[in-house]
Amino acid sequence: MDLSNYLEMFIEESKDHLQAINDELLKLETDPNNTAIINEIFRSAHTLKGMAGSMGFDDLASLTHQMENVLDLLRNSKLVITTEIMDVIFKCVDFIEKMVDSVEQGGDGKENVVDIVQQLEQIQNPSSAHHADVLDASLEVAVAAELVIDEYQYSVINEARKTGNQVFQITVTLDERCVMKSIRAYMVFQIAEELGEIIQTHPTVEQIEEDNFGDSFSLLLLSQREIKEIQTQLANVSEVKEVIVSEQIHQEMVLGKEVDTQTQITQAQDKEDSADSKKKQRSKSIRVDIDKLDHLMNLFSELIIDRGRLEQIARKSELSELTETVEHMTRISTDLQDLVLNMRMVPVEQVFNRFPRLVRDLAKELNKKVQLVMEGAETELDRTVIDEIGDPLVHLLRNALDHGLESAEERKASNKNEEGTILLKAYHGGNHVFIEVIDDGKGINREKVLSKAIERGVISSEEAKSLSDQQIYALIFSSGFSTADKISDISGRGVGLDVVKTKIESLGGVITIDSTPGQGSIFHIQLPLTLSIINSMLVRVEDETYAIPFSSIVEITMVSQDIVSTLHGQRVIQFRGQVVPLVYLNEVFHVPSSETEFNEQQHYVIIVRKGTKTVGLVVDSVLGQQEVVLKSLGGFLDNLYAISGATILGNGEVALIIDSNQFIK
Amino acid sequence: MEMLKIVAFKLGDEEYGLDIDQVQSIERIEHITRVPNAPSYVKGVINLRGKVNPIIDLRSKLNLGVAQYTENTRVIIVKYEDIELGLIVDQTSDVIDIDPKAIEIISSDNFNADYFRGIAKVDGRLVILIKLAELMQTPTN
Repeated sequence: MDLSNYLEMFIEESKDHLQAINDELLKLETDPNNTAIINEIFRSAHTLKGMAGSMGFDDLASLTHQMENVLDLLRNSKLVITTEIMDVIFKCVDFIEKMVDSVEQGGDGKENVVDIVQQLEQIQNPSSAHHADVLDASLEVAVAAELVIDEYQYSVINEARKTGNQVFQITVTLDERCVMKSIRAYMVFQIAEELGEIIQTHPTVEQIEEDNFGDSFSLLLLSQREIKEIQTQLANVSEVKEVIVSEQIHQEMVLGKEVDTQTQITQAQDKEDSADSKKKQRSKSIRVDIDKLDHLMNLFSELIIDRGRLEQIARKSELSELTETVEHMTRISTDLQDLVLNMRMVPVEQVFNRFPRLVRDLAKELNKKVQLVMEGAETELDRTVIDEIGDPLVHLLRNALDHGLESAEERKASNKNEEGTILLKAYHGGNHVFIEVIDDGKGINREKVLSKAIERGVISSEEAKSLSDQQIYALIFSSGFSTADKISDISGRGVGLDVVKTKIESLGGVITIDSTPGQGSIFHIQLPLTLSIINSMLVRVEDETYAIPFSSIVEITMVSQDIVSTLHGQRVIQFRGQVVPLVYLNEVFHVPSSETEFNEQQHYVIIVRKGTKTVGLVVDSVLGQQEVVLKSLGGFLDNLYAISGATILGNGEVALIIDSNQFIK
Repeated sequence: MEMLKIVAFKLGDEEYGLDIDQVQSIERIEHITRVPNAPSYVKGVINLRGKVNPIIDLRSKLNLGVAQYTENTRVIIVKYEDIELGLIVDQTSDVIDIDPKAIEIISSDNFNADYFRGIAKVDGRLVILIKLAELMQTPTN
């Protein structure tokens, strides 16, 4: 059977189950006596095992099986949950994750699991030697029967028995004059498969196919048929000399705890059935390949370009019928655009999901007590943003844990709850999504930041005096800055926060900090809902058209030449009580001057903002607002100064999109 | 022996060639949007059926001087790995079959060999084969 069709589904579902296991494990840690949680984990692990087994990822299946065994003991209160056990299970889940990742990347899903399996076995039976003996014994029996049964197959057998199947060991001897033994063997297999399920053969199927066996071979068959029926059916194959069918009681293979396992497996199955029915009710959605959505988006953006073109034509032609049709089309396509954009929206949950685990591990490492609270995980963001936001958030969380929160002792000393809290919050607001990382730690030490910044030469001591608290906090985002006295593994290499800032700005977002000494800090991130279609202002510089994203524009104003003054060679204007430096686009972009009539007296100035700083972009004229589809300039032209991409205008020409952030240092 | 299919084009009087597998299409020159602060041989970007493609002037990339764009000027859209790029050439000629054995490796030192794979001799024509990988190295600016 070709399994590759199912591979994708397998990977998706495995990930879902792993996520579920991870979530439940974390819950279990806080509530160790809740068997309902263990049952939940058990169910996921069980399904995972089944899937891995049927897909032929034996390592994965056997590791999951071991984990299941441990969970089983926990569930029956035969084991008490300790942190060691939790750690091993977590490690085990990590391994499984690794395997699934390897499968996803086209690998074979194999990992060296000997250590972890041993640890699991040790948990199952502290005097592990004993358990190993039992296992060995069972294997020996199987070996004696020439058929080695591994853990996974063993569990399959056990389950099959519950559904009325029996295990038969069949030994087929072929006529020694038989010429094409492999073909006869193949026929035997075919018939056997009609009768039931072959779980094991000796020699292996490959060897048999290559004619690499003597006159006889054996197989283990799971079947509900009668012994006689099997015998006669198989004996019907020509050139078969002898068929010996014996029913395997496997009493000798039964491990000590089998009775338990049996009942539990049935239980688990029952529960699985109910879980399945639950699933059916819940899912009215389908999985769609992300590439298809991207393609849809691309096609749609071309439609928007054509729409722009049509609008232009309609305006020029002054045909009312055409104008009406175009208007109608515009309305529909706006709805369609919302829909398409919506389809690409995914809840931030996807990113948030892995944080509880991360925070737990980190807290352990740092020996701090912390509770991670997540709010608004259902808030939706464009997939393109989601893909990018994970790393910056990890940085911020690490930062909060490492630098923000105090150790348990310090917290006690300052009359705080021993356990720190980190709140991760996401919510919508207008055309933006806000994500906040809030800790109740010691806050940012203003003086320490200042002295460090001066020491590192980020600012001068004169400048320092005039800075507001906000501006000082913002200093920790400058590159080469780290206030941790000790450099730890987790953060404090001075690369963290400036990378976070750069990343968020490259996504068109803004990050700010608020902090109250002794009470904690808030990292506030503002992100655009989508990156693919942006609202922008089209401006003209000489003969060239540029687009400036709305998100960065504060205001557009007309300025006459005589109010422009120079400060240290820098041209500035005074605007609403602020001194705003000017950037002449025709100069920074070296725009060739056109012969059009000179209008030196009046200029349009687009005031743009980055954080708290503003700058004025001087252009010749403002063409108007337009929704544009962001396109990349391709791999050949990247890292261009102050250009973030391009878009196609209604007339088919390409306009470049200005990244005004780069004008502001 | 498998023949190489080569798209031949002209820069001035010289003939150059590109492997046909690397050529996506040949376009007439249309509106090019200048890209500020890009290397001088980058003419700008064009809209190619909804995609934004950078265009480079092959003459200036190969230091062959400047030429006026005429009726015959064409843009050859090439693709190497994931990067699509347009090359401005004076004129496209035809697609020719070349016996790989007829390609001579350039050994002369006074020839900027970095960008060239060799010279093919076909019916008395000399076609310089371009090494696209080198040509498409991302500009360092």
